[in-house]
Amino acid sequence: MIWQLDLAILTLVVVCAIAAISVKDLLGSAILFGAYSFMMCLLWAIMGAVDVAFTEASVGAGVSTVFFVAAVFRSTRRTKD
Amino acid sequence: MSDLIPFIVAKYNYWIYITLMMIGLYAMIAKNNLVKKIVGMNIFQTAIILFYVSIGAKKGATIPIIEHAHGDAHGAVSHTIEIAHYINPLPHVLMLTAIVVSVATLGVALALAIKVYNRHKTLEEDEIIDQIKGI
Repeated sequence: MIWQLDLAILTLVVVCAIAAISVKDLLGSAILFGAYSFMMCLLWAIMGAVDVAFTEASVGAGVSTVFFVAAVFRSTRRTKD
Repeated sequence: MSDLIPFIVAKYNYWIYITLMMIGLYAMIAKNNLVKKIVGMNIFQTAIILFYVSIGAKKGATIPIIEHAHGDAHGAVSHTIEIAHYINPLPHVLMLTAIVVSVATLGVALALAIKVYNRHKTLEEDEIIDQIKGI
């Protein structure tokens, strides 16, 4: 585990998490959550948990983003906070 | 005090996991939109999964697949397995299950949010409460 890479990706993960819950658009929130999931997948790959990283890349970054986008298109993009 | 700062810096990854967990908890409690609450729930879950996976990580270790498992050219296994050379795979297996459970709860939560939207035509929690009280 390279600690510089680890710290950089951890910072990106925190930035993506804060952006995903504070952006005033639900579609943008869904896409930022996909970016967050992919950064998390990179973090697990550099920790040596390759099986967890595979599953997160397919399920977390793929299927979850599709679920969020589908739910936003079936309801509304508007949000107050 | 001089012992405390190296202790905090050396465990920096745990502090960031706690920060992520608290971001998710804040979104679940304080956000007004139902989809934002669901995003917060997922952030909380992935922060806990990240914490568990980082418990199994070791310095200078490789992924948990045994090297030369089929022996040398003569077919004999001539070495012992050094446990410090491999990352502990038990947290990985547990968290693999947790990822699948988290996507299942996400699907159910989003289906419930769509049902709530079809009934009340809004995703905001305070407007839904106003509509329920107004009826």
